[in-house]
Amino acid sequence: MKQKTKKQNVATKIKKATKLQPAVLKRKPVPPGKYEVVNQYTGQGWVYSDIVKQHFFQPQNLLLDEPKKGQFDAEGEVGSPACGDTMRMWVKIDKKTDRVKELKWKTFGCGSAIASTSMFSVMVTENGGMKVDEALKIRPQDVMARLSGLPDRKIHCSVLADKAFRKTINNYFHASGQHDRVIVEGAKVIDARLNITDKDIEEAVLEGAQTLEDVQKKLKVGVGDPESIPEIEQLIRFFKEKYYG
Amino acid sequence: MMQSSKKIKSQKRTYLDHAATTSTDTRVVRAMQPFFSKMYGNPSSLYADGRMAKEALQKARSSIATILGARPEEIIFTGSGTESDALAILGVMRAYSGKHMITDTIEHHAVLYNAELLEKEGFPVTYLPVDAEGFVDIKKLVVAVRPDTVLISIMYANNEIGTIQPIAEIAKLVRRIRKERIISGNETPIWLHTDACQAAGYLDVNIERLGVDLLTLNGSKIYGPKGMGVLYRRRGVKIAPLWLGGGQEQKLRSGTENIAGIVGIARALEIAQSHKDGENKRLSKLRDYFIREVFARIPKIVLNGPEGERRLSNNVNISILDIEGEAMLLYLDAYGIEASTGSACDSATLDPSHVILGIGRPYEFAHASMRFTLGRATTKKDLDYVLQVMPGIVEKLRKISPINLDMNATQMSHASAFAGQGLPHWEKKRGTKLKTPSPKAQ
Repeated sequence: MKQKTKKQNVATKIKKATKLQPAVLKRKPVPPGKYEVVNQYTGQGWVYSDIVKQHFFQPQNLLLDEPKKGQFDAEGEVGSPACGDTMRMWVKIDKKTDRVKELKWKTFGCGSAIASTSMFSVMVTENGGMKVDEALKIRPQDVMARLSGLPDRKIHCSVLADKAFRKTINNYFHASGQHDRVIVEGAKVIDARLNITDKDIEEAVLEGAQTLEDVQKKLKVGVGDPESIPEIEQLIRFFKEKYYG
Repeated sequence: MMQSSKKIKSQKRTYLDHAATTSTDTRVVRAMQPFFSKMYGNPSSLYADGRMAKEALQKARSSIATILGARPEEIIFTGSGTESDALAILGVMRAYSGKHMITDTIEHHAVLYNAELLEKEGFPVTYLPVDAEGFVDIKKLVVAVRPDTVLISIMYANNEIGTIQPIAEIAKLVRRIRKERIISGNETPIWLHTDACQAAGYLDVNIERLGVDLLTLNGSKIYGPKGMGVLYRRRGVKIAPLWLGGGQEQKLRSGTENIAGIVGIARALEIAQSHKDGENKRLSKLRDYFIREVFARIPKIVLNGPEGERRLSNNVNISILDIEGEAMLLYLDAYGIEASTGSACDSATLDPSHVILGIGRPYEFAHASMRFTLGRATTKKDLDYVLQVMPGIVEKLRKISPINLDMNATQMSHASAFAGQGLPHWEKKRGTKLKTPSPKAQ
C-alpha cells in the first residue's frame, strides 16, 4: 500500500511538471505481439513495449531533490563508454537484514536508460527489498526480461543500472567497514555455464580476438548461455576500444 | 501495427524534421503518376513506348539544367543525395589516382565516409576544421591546398546546424588557383564540389553564380520523391563510374532510368525554386521567433550554428544543457511533435553528432542537442504548441539529471564516471586531450 501511494506521488508530480498529458499515456495497453517494433532476432517488442513506456514516462524511485546529509548510506556514479550516458545512484541498506531499503537514482540518459533503471530500482526494492548479495546478481538480461525487451543496439549502453549499483554498493561496503565484501571489478561471471568472467574476455581481446566469433573460438563463451551474448559483445567492444581504439 | 498507425493518425502531428525528409508535393505525385503503369517504357528502347520515356527524360533533364544554369548533358540522375556525393567524390578522385582532396569536419557522412574510404585506398585527404559557428575559414583552405589537390568538397548548407558556407568565395579561390597553375605549368586540374541537398529549397542553386564544378541535389528534401538524386557535373570534369552496366547517363551511372522519379525531382525542383524567396522570408521570421521564444522560456540553452542570414531559414538547433536528446525526443513524440537530436543514443553508430563536436562543443552538448527544421506546412501555431509543451518536459528531465554543465564548457563533465581512463570511445578516436578530472569533481 505504502508503495502505491508513493507511485501516485511521483505520477502527480510529473503531471504537474508537464501540465499536458501525453497522448501515449491515454492509450489502451497494446496486447503482446502488437508492439510497434519487433526485435527481428528475439521476436520481442521494444522501444514502446508498454512496460518500457510506463517506466519511461513515469520513472520510479527518482531522486528529485538533493539528498539530505545522512539520508543514504552510499552513492555511486558510472558512465557508459558506449554512448556517454551518466548514471548516479543512492542506497539505504537495512544493516540488520542486509536488505536494500531504498534505491534512488538520477540520469543523464536516453529513453531506455531511464526505463531500465526505473525497472531495476523496482526489482531491488519490491517485496521489502532484496538481499544485497541477491541484488548484486541482477544482470542486464534480467532487467530486460522484466521490460519485455529493448532494442538490440541499446542494450550495451542503456542498462547501466547494474553497474551503477555495483559501484554504489562497493562504496557502501567501504563506508561500513565490510572490506571483505568489496567486489573486485573485472571478475564478474559472464557465462554462468562455463564460468567465464569478463577478465577472460579481456584476455581474449588482448590476444587478438576482435569479434564475437573470434572470442567464441577461444572461449566457447555464450554457446550454452545465449542470453549472455549482448553483454559479451559489449565487453568485446569496450576492450577493443580500450586496447586498440 | 494497424492499430498503432491508426492511433498516430488520429493524434495531431507537428512535423519539424524537414531536414530529414519532406512530404512529396501532390503536384509532384501527379507529374509522376503516368510513368508507373501507363508510360512504363525503357528510354533505351527504340519503339514508341521507349521514345515516349526518352522524351520525358530529356524534358526533365533540360528543366533541371535550365534551373541550374547548366547544359542538359551536365545533369546526371542518381538514386540519392548520398549516391551523388559518392559519385562526385569517389568518381573524381579515382579518375586521378593518388591525388589530394580537401573537405571539412562537419560534412554529411555521405561525404566524410567516402573521403575516409579514399584514405584507405591511399589518397591523401585534408579535413578542414570549422569555427564555432561552423564556417570554413578560407585562409585555412588556402593553406591546405597542395599542388596535387584535385577536389575540394564543401557543403552548401549544413544539415544539422544550418551554416551556409561561402561557396561563391571558395569558388573564386579555386579559379585563382587554376590560373596560378596554368602560369606555373601545373597541369593538375582542381574542382569544387558542393552538397546542396539542404540548400536547394531555400537558396540560389545557379551554378554560374555559385561557381561550382559539381553539385549534389536530392528529391526527398525538396518535396520530391525519395530515392532520387542529381549530380551536376561541369563539362570536362573527369569522373570514373562507381559501377558498370548498360551505360546509361553517359556511362557514368548504369541502370535503367527511374523515369517517374526523374520527372518527379524535376517538377519538385521547379516548384521549390519558384517558391524559394517567399518561403525563405516566411521561415526566417518563424525561425527567429522560435529561437527568441525558446530562449525566453527555457534557461540554460545554447544555439548551435550562426544567427540571421548566414543560417538556413528553416533550421533551429539548440543544446538544452543537462538533458539527453533522445529522452527529450521520445517525450516530444508523445505529444505528437517530431524533431531530431544529435545524441549518440539516436545514431546507429552510437557516436554523438560530429557536427556539434566539430564546432568545438563537448559531447554533452551534442547529447543534449535538438534540431527543429521547419517546412512549407509549418505555422506559427505549430511552433507555439511546441513552445507550450517543451518547458515542462525540460523541467522534468532536468530534475532527474545528475549533471550540471557550465554554459561555456569545452571539456566533458563527468569523465571520472567512465571506465577506461575516463574516456568514451569517440573521444579516443578524436585524440582529444582531457584535463585529468579531480577525484571530487562530482
